[in-house]
Amino acid sequence: MTKIHVTTTVNGETAEFLTDPRETLLDVLRNQLGLTGSKEGCGTGDCGACSVLVDGVLVSSCLVLGVEAQGKTIETIEGMADPKGDLHPLQRKFIEHAALQCGFCTPGVLVAAKALLAQNPDPTETEIRYWLAGNLCRCTGYDKIVRAVQDAAAEMRGAA
Amino acid sequence: MRYHAVESFEDAVRIAASSRGTTRFLAGGTDVLVQLRAGLVQPDDLIDLKKINGVKDITRRADGGWDIGAAVSGAELGAHAALCRDWPGVVEGMRLVGSTQVQGRATLTGNLCNGSPAADSVPGLVAAGATATLIGPEGTRTIPVAEIPKGPGRTNLKPGEVIKAIHLPPCGANAGDAYLRFIPRTEMDIAVVGCAVSLRLDGDRVSEARVALGAVAPTVMLVPEAGAALVGSTLDDAALDALVTAARAACRPISDKRGTVEFRIEVAGVLARRAALIAYARAKGETA
Repeated sequence: MTKIHVTTTVNGETAEFLTDPRETLLDVLRNQLGLTGSKEGCGTGDCGACSVLVDGVLVSSCLVLGVEAQGKTIETIEGMADPKGDLHPLQRKFIEHAALQCGFCTPGVLVAAKALLAQNPDPTETEIRYWLAGNLCRCTGYDKIVRAVQDAAAEMRGAA
Repeated sequence: MRYHAVESFEDAVRIAASSRGTTRFLAGGTDVLVQLRAGLVQPDDLIDLKKINGVKDITRRADGGWDIGAAVSGAELGAHAALCRDWPGVVEGMRLVGSTQVQGRATLTGNLCNGSPAADSVPGLVAAGATATLIGPEGTRTIPVAEIPKGPGRTNLKPGEVIKAIHLPPCGANAGDAYLRFIPRTEMDIAVVGCAVSLRLDGDRVSEARVALGAVAPTVMLVPEAGAALVGSTLDDAALDALVTAARAACRPISDKRGTVEFRIEVAGVLARRAALIAYARAKGETA
């Protein structure tokens, strides 16, 4: 099987890898680039645990091939805190509100919530719940997630 | 599996024609990658269409209609304000497909070619009278979207044919459309029944109407009798009752875990009535 050379940008840095064309972006991120924050829950685009941004668009990285990353800009959970290590407001608010238990879905929820706030800085509870409908969480019952997103949104609006 | 990132539909068709094995075209990939992973399909050649010039374009034609490229995502459709004003029912059907993450990739063309009788975007296209331009080894042809579904998971595309773009007619004056589906929850589910209505008014009276149903037959289907039941009416109770009767009469559903035959037939009538009322209100310029 011929592997394909791909050059892409991940969290602001150039990344190169060789990929079998059947390999998903999620597998490349986890197994080749060592970015294990994105999780595989279902592998079929139903659970959202592998959420990343590709050129600013929220997608399930299990439904993207690694070869499709050529020339794209990828953002993952690993790029969410700033380079000094200060957490993103969403990350801090998830901790404050205890908006996670096992944590498996949390990277995907955070990436999805960040994408929501980028286009809607003041979402209603309904908007948050619909936007995050593709991020399954079996622990929290979602209430604390929604409150953490609302609180983070309020802080980010105040800080802007 | 060989991956081809082609730069023209002609190249895509040439590669598909020369492949000795299984070929799949890749646009949004939200069905193809799931089939790949499940081992349902093992393509020898995967032909990525997204680098072809124009496949991500939404273009208003001189006649007021719309051309939607094969790789335009649901999120991009929903963000196009002018298209949403002209064809709100078409857009709302597509926007019901999957999650926010799926919307970032999934396409109208893919939803159509996946061949599901429950495809949420297809009834809206059929009701709108949309057409699709296909390119294949024998050249290019344009056919109604309604003629593309053949059965569950099957289409009337010929071997090696691929859809270049979907075309919506000009919506024209005093027109409105709507799509509703029934699912037992609020999000992230497959339609138990879907119904789209597209109509035009002359004053208060319906002058043209098209009704399409999903998930109640082996394919999404146009129901001419249901549309005819509305024409000439002001959407009074008698016309709505005739619509409901015609819609239910056209249903040939199966019973499965998502709904029984009886339930699907019942719901088809309910959705047809509600979708007609929304389309009528939109044709009147009301927001609904």
